[in-house]
Amino acid sequence: MTALGDLARWLTDPANWQGSHGIPVRVLEHIELSGFSVLVALVIAMPIALYLGHTGRAGFVAINVANVGRALPSLALLAFGLVIAISLGLGLGFWPTVFALVPLAIPPILTNSYVAIREVDRDVVEAARGMGLSEGQILRSIEVPLGLPLMLAGIRTAAVNVVATATLGALVAGGALGRFIVDGLALQEYDQLMAGALLVALLAVGTEVSFAALERATVPAGMRVVR
Amino acid sequence: MTPGEPLIRWDWVASHVGDIGQRVGEHLELTVIAVVVGFLIAFVLSLLALRVPALYGPITWTTGILYTIPSLALFALLIPYTGLSLLSAEIGLVSYTLLILIRNIVAGVRGVPAEVREAARGMGYTDREIFWRTELPLALAVIFAGVRVATITTIGLVTVTALIGQGGMGYFILLGIQLFFSTALIVGALGSVVLAVLADGSLVLVQRALTPWTRGG
Repeated sequence: MTALGDLARWLTDPANWQGSHGIPVRVLEHIELSGFSVLVALVIAMPIALYLGHTGRAGFVAINVANVGRALPSLALLAFGLVIAISLGLGLGFWPTVFALVPLAIPPILTNSYVAIREVDRDVVEAARGMGLSEGQILRSIEVPLGLPLMLAGIRTAAVNVVATATLGALVAGGALGRFIVDGLALQEYDQLMAGALLVALLAVGTEVSFAALERATVPAGMRVVR
Repeated sequence: MTPGEPLIRWDWVASHVGDIGQRVGEHLELTVIAVVVGFLIAFVLSLLALRVPALYGPITWTTGILYTIPSLALFALLIPYTGLSLLSAEIGLVSYTLLILIRNIVAGVRGVPAEVREAARGMGYTDREIFWRTELPLALAVIFAGVRVATITTIGLVTVTALIGQGGMGYFILLGIQLFFSTALIVGALGSVVLAVLADGSLVLVQRALTPWTRGG
């Protein structure tokens, strides 16, 4: 149990909570890196998903993207991200990691949002069309609100994966919480290693829980299951 | 990635064929152990959840948390206890297969139509026979879908175990990152993706052979 004692000592040492290498800075770096990557993935995937979902086109592609995404190992993505960032002259750290995280986040967002829009009852959409709503209005005020919980489920999967994988950014000289783990491994400082691991795990579980709460909150009032 | 150096140096690949083969073997070994052990544990837990439905919630909740913990973090947390060992790698890899497998085994068995179960009972099957000879074979397609996802996920995760001294193709990725050597990066990354695709393809073939009735009309 000495490992746990060391861990507690490391976490309560004020020195580890200060400066540019302190826990708060690393947590913020982690959130910044993850948030930015998910945002970029949203900007890329969401318009495609909404368009394909609304028109019902290319369903096969939209769904199979997710399966392809699962076959891409995170470390391999990081490797490709590094090659791309170096050849674009963007250096180490932030950008190679973003290039690895964005392709990781796109598949669940794309597939879930596509399915979310498709699953909206076609009768409701037809009724809206019959009431004279334009296609844009149907998407905005019918399909998106009704599909929102499922869309958020996709963003949640993406966000949790991204938060987990952002850890690997430390391998390409990035900051974030992976720093503690990678440095801890290299220096054989197991207290630092375990603290980093614990913080990342907490952040990932926290992301999962917050998104789950958000999903419940966004279910349209008329669709809530009354218990 | 030094200027003037090609993205892939084929001479390096050619002179490391033996090394690559050995790492492929290691990669497959780590994967097979994880999926087999994971399946055995998941199977027992699923039986438990099927017999006592109240346990299904806690079981998926616990394995769900394990699944959410970042892989590198889980491996790191194990190091003070089990060291930079195969055991650390496998504990992590097995943990990640559980949720996927349990969900599919339970869903597969629960998805068997009640009429089929009743017909088996009417034919005089005992509960045990109904499970092994009716429910399980019919659930095989869904269970296999879970095994495929678990296998692909594991093949990807094995690369991360390079950080704790295992890793298969992950060894080359790490080498590439440390030396800034794109050939090793690409060999490792592509190798892992190719392994995943090949493994998935083989599992589809095995599934077809095991469930001949799902083919054709």
